[in-house]
Amino acid sequence: MATRHDTAAPPTEEGGAAPGRPPAAVPDEKEQRRRNRMSRRWQRDIRWSPYAFVSPFFLLFVAFGLFPLIYTGWASLHTVELTAPTDMQWAGLRNYTRIFDDDFFWNAAKNTLTIGIISTVPQLLMAMGLAHILNYRLRGSIFYRVMMLAPYATSIASASLVFVLLFGRDYGMINWALHAIGFDKIDWQNDKWPSQIAVSTIVIWRWTGYNALIYLAAMQAIPHDLYESAALDGANRWQQFFHVTLPSLRPTILFTVVVSTIGASQVFGEPLLFDANKGASGGAEHQFQTLGLYLYEQGWVNQHLGRASAIAWTMFLILIVIGIVNYVISRRLRASS
Amino acid sequence: MTTTLTKPPADAVPEPPKRLRRPKSARAGGQMHAGPLAYVILALFTIGSLGPLVWTAIAASRDTNRLAQSPPPFWFGSNLFHNLDVAWTEANLGEAFVNTTFVAGVSAVTVVFLSTLAGFAFAKLRFKGRGALMLIVVGTMMVPPQLSVIPLYMMVAKLDWTDQLQAVIFPSLVSAFGVFFMRQYLIQALPDELIEAARVDGASSWRVIWHVVFPAARPAMAVLGMLVFVQTWNDFLWPFLVLTQTGNPTVQVAVAGLGRGFTPDQSLIMAGALLGTLPLLFVFALFGKQIVGGIMQGAVKG
Repeated sequence: MATRHDTAAPPTEEGGAAPGRPPAAVPDEKEQRRRNRMSRRWQRDIRWSPYAFVSPFFLLFVAFGLFPLIYTGWASLHTVELTAPTDMQWAGLRNYTRIFDDDFFWNAAKNTLTIGIISTVPQLLMAMGLAHILNYRLRGSIFYRVMMLAPYATSIASASLVFVLLFGRDYGMINWALHAIGFDKIDWQNDKWPSQIAVSTIVIWRWTGYNALIYLAAMQAIPHDLYESAALDGANRWQQFFHVTLPSLRPTILFTVVVSTIGASQVFGEPLLFDANKGASGGAEHQFQTLGLYLYEQGWVNQHLGRASAIAWTMFLILIVIGIVNYVISRRLRASS
Repeated sequence: MTTTLTKPPADAVPEPPKRLRRPKSARAGGQMHAGPLAYVILALFTIGSLGPLVWTAIAASRDTNRLAQSPPPFWFGSNLFHNLDVAWTEANLGEAFVNTTFVAGVSAVTVVFLSTLAGFAFAKLRFKGRGALMLIVVGTMMVPPQLSVIPLYMMVAKLDWTDQLQAVIFPSLVSAFGVFFMRQYLIQALPDELIEAARVDGASSWRVIWHVVFPAARPAMAVLGMLVFVQTWNDFLWPFLVLTQTGNPTVQVAVAGLGRGFTPDQSLIMAGALLGTLPLLFVFALFGKQIVGGIMQGAVKG
C-alpha cells in the first residue's frame, strides 16, 4: 500500500505512512479499524491537498484571466457598444475587416513596432553594459543597484508627466541642453520621430535598471572556472565578455527580449499622457499612437467595444506568433550549444 | 523514526583544502576590481536615474510661470508645500492614498498567501497534472492583462462595480509571476527532509504549510509582497478604465487627472507626480536591498 508519501524520500523500514502508530504488538480489531480510518484520511490528504493548494490560483485565473481572454474573441465577433455592454449583436468578421481597412490601425501597428524597437534595443544594450559594470567588485555596490531601480518604483503616470515637461519644446530641460551645445530646438511632441523617441525614453528610463539587475543575477551565476580557464588561454577582458559571458547569458537574454517585446506591444500610459490634450489619438497626427492606445480609442472614445475586442485578439495572435518564433529560436540555440 | 531523521552525511565530509591564490590577471568577472571609468559610468547612470525624480521635486517647488521660462529651474524654489497642499486637495489625493493603500495591501497579502500555497505544491508535492498545470502558469505570465480588459469591463458594468474598489482588486489577485517566484524559491530553500520529518510526526498537509512552509518561505514572501504592492500601486490602465477621478480614484488615476485639465498648472502637476511616487521611493529607501535581492533571485532561473 505504498502511499504517495514515500515518493519524496526513502521509505521508513516498515514503509509505514500512518501517523502516530503505537508500538503495540497485536492490535485489537477496534484499534485496527481506527488505524485504517486514519490511514485512509492520510491518503486522501496526500492525494488531494496539492490540488487544494493550487486551486485558488486557478479559480481566480479562470475567472479573471482565461475567461475574459476567450470572451474577448467572442465579443470581437459582435457589435457591442460601450453604453450597453451586455447587448451583443452578431457581426461575424465585420469588426476585423473594419479594422484592417482602417489606416489608423496600420499606423498604430507600425508605431508600436518602431516604438518597441527604439525602446527595447537601447534599453537591453545599456542594461547589459550596466550589469557588466555592476558585476565588478565595487564600493557601495548595493547603493548603485538600488539607485538603478528607483525609476522602476516610479509609476507610469508620474514618469510620463515629468518627461512631458523635460521634453517641452520651448522651456524643456532637454531642448535647453541641446541648444546650449549648439543644436536647434526639437519639437518633441509634434514631429514623428522625435515624439516616438521621447515616448520610448520614458520606457527606457523605467526599465533599464530592472533588466540590468536580471542580467547581473545571471552573470553572477556563471562559474568562475570558465573565466579562469579563458584567462589561462590568454583571453583578455573583452574576449572573456564575448566568449564566456554572452554565451552563458543566452537564456536570460532571450527571456528579457520576450518580456520586453510583450511589454512593448502593450505600451499605453506613456503615449496617452505624453500629449494630454490629444489623449487617445496619440498626438495631433496619430504620430505616436500605439495599438494599446488605438484599442482604447476604439473602445472607450468611439465606444465600439466589439471593434476594440477585435484589436485585442489581433494583438493576442501577434503575441502567439512572437512566442512561436521565440520557441524556435531557443531550440535552435540549445541545439547549437 | 530516527532512521529517516539522520542527517545526510554531508557535514562529515572534511572541507576541501583552500584554493591556492591565483595571480590577479587570471581573475575575471565578479572578482575584478572596478577601475575609475566604471565609477564614472555608474555616476552618469545614477544621475540619469535620479535626475528626473529630483527635477520633479524642483519643478514642484516653483510656480507655473517659472516653468514657462528658459532656462528651466535647476534649484528648489519656495513653493513646494503650497503646491503639495493644493495638489492634495485638487486631485482628491487623500482619498486616493487610502484607496490605493487598501487595494495594494489586500492584493499583496492575498497574492502572497495564494502564491505560497501553489508555489509549495508545484515545488515539493507530487500530483497528477503537475507539469501541465505549471506550463499553464508559465504561459499565463506571457499573456498581458490588457487583452482581457474588455470582458472584464463588461463584467464590472454588469455587476455595477464601476467606481468601486473591488473592480480593481479582483483582477489584480491573479499573479502567475507570484506562483512561479515562490516555486523557484521553495525548490531550493525548503529541504525535503524537513517536510518528511513533519510528515513522520503525523502532520497533515495544512500543518506542514503552517509550521514548515510558511516559516521557510518568509523572506521570499516579504519580497513578493513588496513587488506586488509596488506593481498594484503603480497600475494604470485598468484603474483608469473603471475608476473615475470623482469616484474612488487610485493615486495613479488622480495624478493622471491632474495632467488632463484644460489649463494645466505645471507645478501642481509635478507636485501631484511627486506625491504619487514618494511613498514607493520611501519603501525602496528602506527595503531597497531586499527588493534588489528578490528581483535577482527571481531572475536566475527565469
